Amino acid sequence: MTGALGRLRRLTPALVLVLVGLAVWQWYVTASAVRPQVLPSPLRVLTEGWAFRAQIWANALPTLQVTAVGFAVSLAVGWAIAVAVDFSPWLRRALTPLLVASQTLPIIAIAPLLIIWFGFGLAPKVVVIALVTFFPIAVGLIEGFGRTDRQATNLLRSMGASRWAQFRYVRLPGAMPSFFTALRIGITYAVTGAIFAEYVGASAGLGIFMNLQKNSFRTDLVLAAVLVTALISVSLYGLTFLVQRLVAPWSRRG
Amino acid sequence: MAELKGAEHKLVIEGLRKAFGPLPVLDGVDFDVAPGEFVALVGPSGCGKSTLFDVVAGLEPPDAGRVLVDGADATGRVDPFAYMPQRDLLFPWRTVLDNTTLGLEVAGVPRKAARARAGELFEPFGLAGFEKARPGELSGGMRQRAALLRTVVQDRAVLLLDEPFGALDALTRIDMQLWLEGVRAGFGWTVLLITHDIREAVFLADRVLVLGPRPTSVRHETVVDLPRPRDVSMITQPRFAELEAEVLGQVGRGRAAGADSEH
Repeated sequence: MTGALGRLRRLTPALVLVLVGLAVWQWYVTASAVRPQVLPSPLRVLTEGWAFRAQIWANALPTLQVTAVGFAVSLAVGWAIAVAVDFSPWLRRALTPLLVASQTLPIIAIAPLLIIWFGFGLAPKVVVIALVTFFPIAVGLIEGFGRTDRQATNLLRSMGASRWAQFRYVRLPGAMPSFFTALRIGITYAVTGAIFAEYVGASAGLGIFMNLQKNSFRTDLVLAAVLVTALISVSLYGLTFLVQRLVAPWSRRG
Repeated sequence: MAELKGAEHKLVIEGLRKAFGPLPVLDGVDFDVAPGEFVALVGPSGCGKSTLFDVVAGLEPPDAGRVLVDGADATGRVDPFAYMPQRDLLFPWRTVLDNTTLGLEVAGVPRKAARARAGELFEPFGLAGFEKARPGELSGGMRQRAALLRTVVQDRAVLLLDEPFGALDALTRIDMQLWLEGVRAGFGWTVLLITHDIREAVFLADRVLVLGPRPTSVRHETVVDLPRPRDVSMITQPRFAELEAEVLGQVGRGRAAGADSEH
């Protein structure tokens, strides 16, 4: 109870800043009589967004689905690479440059090609999200495994532990703090990745919704969809803390 | 000859040599330890004590020399030794009890049996009631006792303790030394202890071996002829002071010689 109150109190400055910003925005739109196609007022974004809630929700669901599948693939790939690299120095040398190279790919240029290759279904979007998010996860895990204390490794070896046992008893749990940091970075990229992938080509989703509303000059609805996107990202970010508390409660500070 | 010698000793270290690239660290280390004996190793810092332990514990291969346990060659083998590193290395993702069973679990002992075996030692180790606690909830002294419990419960032939109390404050360290002296008698452990603390070495050990500067070898042996069990009053007795002075003198000599050789 006091914890929740304390957290709320810590958020107060941010909330105040947001409210002031919204108030100034609202005042400017009213005072300058700017056309809503150019800049809708925050109240108009909210009311129109609410009016179109069914449509926005219908588009949010596919985006959430794409995000979940894409991020799951990304997690699987990130884990597979990190574990492989941890066990094999040869794979470490082979994969590390490729990992870095994968991050230099201009996704903007690749995304349309992915649609040519994989069509308008789930596949190209999943690939985009995985490409955007697997890197921080893989790197976070590789560094987490590598951070294992040499003395801890020696202790396990003195107990007669195999490489696998060392991994299971020390390297894996020891990597949890870096993993959850990486997970938080990855998940914030995942939703934007999904929106971007939909923007390039999809039959439904918030990205497509935004694109359509932009083309019909419904700036207010574009912004309403942006707001929903932000809410989804923040919720998923918060969810990682819950997962961490369940999976590795010891790894949280304080 | 060595086989004969090995038979009457728990542990025989025979001509151990080790170099890291061009840097020689161990220059023919020889000593032996009788069953149930407590031997302390002291030496100037950086002399290669920890390398010696890594080689004895089978974590690093020697360039030359042998390690014999109960007369049999155990060079490069980890299973005759239970190793306690300088830091307690209790893992935050395990309870205190599960930290102490780690060695048994790695050795394939079923979890329940491992917990039962380690659990029996919680009382004599002053950890009763903390089985389900997390390591972070323990004091420094308790953490070291838990780390020592994790070491001895493996039931290996020889305990290798690498500065086990080095990170503790002075008062806790004295408490721990008194406690170890008390608890050791009941278990009959064969112990090899590395320490920087000469008083600790004299107080706990049957013999103190002084190592020379790097590349190191055993330079001097002091037999600690103080009766057991020992208590805190012994530290103020003349014989204790004599022995302490002898060891200190030998360590100092080694360090001066080392400083000379570097110039």
